[in-house]
This record gives sequence, structure tokens and C-alpha cells, in this order.
Amino acid sequence: MTAMLNIAMLILGGDGPQGGLLDVNPGLIVWTIVTFIFLLLVLKKLAWKPILNSLNERETFIKEQMEKAETAQKETERLIEENKASMAKADEEAQKIIAQARELAEKLQSQKVEETNEKTKKMIDDAVAEIDRKNKEAMNNLREQVAEIAVNAAEKIIRESLDSEKHKKIVNELIDNLPKN
Amino acid sequence: MIFDTVTAVSDTAKVAENGGSDTSWIMHHILDAYKLETPFGYLHLPSIHLFGIDLSITKHVVFMWIAVVLLISGFSIASKAYKKSLVPKGIANFLEVLIIFVRDEIAKPTIGKGYERFLPYLLTVFFFILTCNFLGLIPYGATATSNIGVTSTLAIISFFVIQIGGVMKNGFFGYFKGLIPHGVPVWLLPIMFVVEMLGLFTKPFALAIRLFANLTAGHIVIYALLGLIFILHTYIVIPVSISFALFIYLLEILVALIQAYIFTMLSSLFIGMAVHQDH
Repeated sequence: MTAMLNIAMLILGGDGPQGGLLDVNPGLIVWTIVTFIFLLLVLKKLAWKPILNSLNERETFIKEQMEKAETAQKETERLIEENKASMAKADEEAQKIIAQARELAEKLQSQKVEETNEKTKKMIDDAVAEIDRKNKEAMNNLREQVAEIAVNAAEKIIRESLDSEKHKKIVNELIDNLPKN
Repeated sequence: MIFDTVTAVSDTAKVAENGGSDTSWIMHHILDAYKLETPFGYLHLPSIHLFGIDLSITKHVVFMWIAVVLLISGFSIASKAYKKSLVPKGIANFLEVLIIFVRDEIAKPTIGKGYERFLPYLLTVFFFILTCNFLGLIPYGATATSNIGVTSTLAIISFFVIQIGGVMKNGFFGYFKGLIPHGVPVWLLPIMFVVEMLGLFTKPFALAIRLFANLTAGHIVIYALLGLIFILHTYIVIPVSISFALFIYLLEILVALIQAYIFTMLSSLFIGMAVHQDH
């Protein structure tokens, strides 16, 4: 029984100078209110307002920066895409130009070949004509010479028409002396 | 079972009495006092009596003031650091973690829209309780928050903040009308009104008792474990007592954090319920 009383005394008090565990001291309540309100007012002015403002400021700053970075990235991607497109276009154009140049070169080459062929043909034709002409000339010359020789021979024959034996001999000689063509 | 416990306690008390020590030696460390324990002996505090109220500066008042000094100096350093740059360093960084925790994990989800108005109160109560809790864990320290007078005062302040917050948002009559849930039969209204009014007062009561009991219990257990050595008059119990007391001490560090969180969290929750009554 005394034990129970002891425990009850321990909790409900009346034992020490300040009472028991559940005793409430009105002075302490007053001091707690004063202290807490003081702390609340001081910290509100000194800490919460500037710190919370700084935090908000920083958060908006970070948000803005991130948004900016995102738009910049999008812009970069767009530029890269554009670059790629223009590069492809340039490539295509270059290919086109090369093809055109090749075509032109081929055309030029074929033209030249034709020209050359024509020229050669002309040269050959000229040469053939020249040869023909020269041949004709030569034949004419020959004919004249043959005629002369024949006349000469006839002259000789007429001059030395003594015997036929000699005629034959002269004619044969003449014929032998004739150039071989 | 209960009888066993009671006899064990009474035996212990008897042994202690025979040993010449008082049963209130544990209480001596936990209760408020007119003197301060220092390494150089007792420091007697001035006693003030005004208007018939004992307004003496007691041990717990002194430790509340120490907490106030620590908080104000710590936060003035922190807020000065923010003036220099938005990137926190050192103490400001540490305090910022806790501030953001209170803001984003406690105030924002429980109160929702318009939480900024209550943030200064919640932050102050969180840091004040946290600092008081930790001051009780250092040697020669005293836990102001293990005094029912202090915790009930904090709970009463919470109560007023909750009611004022609710009245300011919903209007005086709107607030009290909103206390009663929708769709209640008319004949139940008087009973519901009484129940809801009781509910208003049980919330801060629970806040006060929870903080007080949690902060007191750990200290009592530590003192009791250490007291076993002197009561049993044997060295064998020393390792057991010390290791268990150390374990409880570590537990108390956790409790100091958790109780500051719980008090703030529940205050915030009740504010949220008072402000947004439709949920």
C-alpha cells in the first residue's frame, strides 16, 4: 500500500520543491508564452522572412535557368537539324554539278573526237585527191614520154628501115629499154 | 503480474530508503528547480513573485532561454549567409535542410494552399522543440519540453493558431458550422457539436501529453538504469546498466528528433483540417 502511495506521490507530486511530474507551475506557463512569442517574432523578422524569400528566389532562379537551358537545347537541336538539311542539300547540289560537268566533258570530248575524225577524213580525202591528181599527171607524163619514145622509135625505124631483121632487133631493144611500167 | 511489478518497485524503494537515499532522486533531475546544476556546484536562480504568481526564473526557463539564444544566433548567421549568396554553406546549409523539410514535408502536404502564412509558426515550434529536446541530452542540461507546463503551453499556442487559422479562412460561423460533417441527421446535431468541440480540445491535449511523456520517459529510464547500480550495491550490474542506458540515450536522440517532427506535423495537420474543412 505504501508502495502504491509512493508511486502516486512520484507522479502526482507534492514531494519536491516544485511539486510532482504533472504539476503545472503558472509562472512557467507565463515564461513559456513570453519566450515562445518573443522567439517567434524575432525569428520571423530575422530568419524566416529573409531565408524563405532567398529559398523562393533561388527556386525560381533555378527553374528559370532550367527552362532557358531547355529552350537553348531545343534551339540547338533545331539548328543541328537545319545544318544537316542544308548540308544534304549542298551535297546534292555538288553531286548535280559534278554530274553536269561530267556530262559536259563527255559532250565536249565526243564533239572533239567527231571533229578530229572529220578532219582526218578530210585530210585522207585530200591526200587521196592529191594522189589521184599526181597519178593522173604521172600517167599523162608517161603517155607523153611513151608517145615521144614511140615517135623517136618510129623515126629511128624509118631511118634505119633496111632490113626487117634489124627492125625487130630495134623494136625489141626499144621495148626492152622501156621503163617497166 | 501487476502485483509483481508493484512489489518489485516497493522493494527497490525500500532498499533505496535503507541506503539513505530518497525515492525522489530521479524526479530531482527531471522536475523543474530553482537552482541550476553546474560543474562547479549549484547556481541559485532569482525568485520573482508578481501579482501573486510565482514568476521565478527556474531551470527550465533558463534552458528555454538558452535554446532561444542558440536559435537566434544560429539563424542570424544563416540569414546573413543568404545575403552574400544564394548558395548556402556550412551552418546555413544544415539549417536549410531542416527548413525545407518543414516546408516541403510538413507544411505543404498537410495544409496545402495558403501554407505560407503558417510557416513561421511551424518552423519556430519545430526548431524550439528540437533545440529544447537536445539541450536535455547534454550533461548538466535540462529538458524544458519534459515539463508538462511547457508542453501544454506550446499545445495551447498551437490550439490558438489552429482556431484562428480556421476562423480567418472560413469566417467565425462558417468555421464552427464546418466542424460538423455534411449529411448528419438533424437530431444528431447537438451530440455532434459536443463531440466536435471536445475533439478541438483533445487535439492539443494529445500534443502536450505526447511530447511531455516521450521526453520524460527516456530520462526516467536512463536514471533508473543507472540507479540500479547504487540500489543493488554490486559491480556486476554496471556493464548491463551502462550499455542499456547508452542504448536508451541513443534512442532519446531519435526521440528528440521524432517528437519535434510529430508535434510540428500534427499541428500542421490540424491547421490544415481547420483551414480546409471540406476534406
